[in-house]
Amino acid sequence: MIIFRHLVIVIGVFGAALSVSAGLVWLERRLLALWQDRYGPNRVGHFGLLQVVADGIKMFFKEDWIPPFADRPVFVIAPMLLLVTVLMPFAVIGFAPEIVVADLNIGLLFFLAMSALSVYGIVLGGWASNNKYALLGAVRAAAQMLSYEVFMGLSLMGVVILAGSFNLSEIVDAQKGMWNCIPQFLGLVLFTIAGFAETHRMPFDLPEAEAELVAGYHTEYSGMKFGLFFVGEYLGVTMISAMIVTLFFGGWLGPFLPPVAWFALKTFIFICGFILVRAALPRPRYDQLMGYAWKVLLPLALLNILVTGAIVLAVH
Amino acid sequence: MLNQKMFWKSSLMRLLTRNEKYEPMNAIFYISAAIAVVSTAMAISRLNAVHALLYLIVSLLSVAQIFFILGAPFAAALEVIIYAGAIMVLFVFVIMMLNLGPSAMETERQWLRPGMWIGPVLLSAVLMAELVFVIANSGSHPAGSHEVGSGAVGIALFGPYALGVELASILLLAGLVGAYHLARQDSGNQSEGEV
Repeated sequence: MIIFRHLVIVIGVFGAALSVSAGLVWLERRLLALWQDRYGPNRVGHFGLLQVVADGIKMFFKEDWIPPFADRPVFVIAPMLLLVTVLMPFAVIGFAPEIVVADLNIGLLFFLAMSALSVYGIVLGGWASNNKYALLGAVRAAAQMLSYEVFMGLSLMGVVILAGSFNLSEIVDAQKGMWNCIPQFLGLVLFTIAGFAETHRMPFDLPEAEAELVAGYHTEYSGMKFGLFFVGEYLGVTMISAMIVTLFFGGWLGPFLPPVAWFALKTFIFICGFILVRAALPRPRYDQLMGYAWKVLLPLALLNILVTGAIVLAVH
Repeated sequence: MLNQKMFWKSSLMRLLTRNEKYEPMNAIFYISAAIAVVSTAMAISRLNAVHALLYLIVSLLSVAQIFFILGAPFAAALEVIIYAGAIMVLFVFVIMMLNLGPSAMETERQWLRPGMWIGPVLLSAVLMAELVFVIANSGSHPAGSHEVGSGAVGIALFGPYALGVELASILLLAGLVGAYHLARQDSGNQSEGEV
């Protein structure tokens, strides 16, 4: 019976993550259209909801072409690597008190480890394409994600100090009195910026900047392999939103509604935030991006740890 | 047919469990150890530098898995975050920039002639013999008998080993300052906007 329950949770969590991120393709196009004062896809099904299905069918039947000059095995592995590393953190995120795939004691470190490994999908995809634009995209991705990873980990240490644990369920429980977004406001801002860079979304989508690099690291990809990169991006948005909610906005905590509903509602709000930022902000120059990470955000993250640690030590 | 299957299954179980009670962790340990050994051997023998690096990453991941089984989850996580996730990315980054073509693979092939293997193999064989001798003469220890959490690691690092941590951080700081000095543009010759 326990095994059955566990199986349901595993399938449910990963099914929900995948279907939400597929639905995001439609949501993003509709919301962007709303903010840009146009309609967006509204022809297929009610409100254009079946657009996702239509796009999926289209992608399945496209020619799956591997360039003859590409490094074949690495070219095939790269998109899978990206999808798996983005999907794995959902295993440690608690959707409700008992609904979690693996309640690891090092849950937060597991998330950081997986986001560190997700660089490989992009970098290897760009390198294996053996194309100048793809390689430039991959080089940018490697430098950008390494730089932002450094203070992404550091910005979360304030949360760890307050909760006294790397376990995500314990971090949520520690927020019963007050959500972390108030005492750890600086950490929240830093983590959100790092999250945008990690998922290489606008305004930090320099690895695939279509105005200068054709399509960046996935220039040579087509068919379902491109589809994996595409879904991987939305999966990343869902994952980072869920992490922001878990770490800073009390996860499943909230009055009246059942815990899962609170978690889904909060996550949905942050996903919409991701899309709004894409509609609002332009892309920075590359040297500005790197300078911003190392000269502004890293010192702020260190300062946050120092002040949080000092206050916690003084109180106890 | 069924009998044969049962026979293989039971002998496999006996091989994995020996005389102790059945421990799935032991089986996982042997599998990850085998992956570590094979991927390290592949990392040495691949001609394509990026393929070799990929095998090295797999090797690091399997070592992290072994750490996890042995009851050191914190060390396992750091192994993945720092070695597999940061340092190896830099390696891949550099190799990507070098743009090694078929000529580099040809050079590599010449370096990896069978004659080159004799010396290292002899030395490793001596080490291997020593290892077998030591293991054969010591009692067996159960894997993962107690867990070393992140708190215990922190207390050890900033307690008895504080001096070592400080020395390592000074070394890193020196490296950082040196890298900054080497990469700094001479502001007298070239202003930033000229490029």
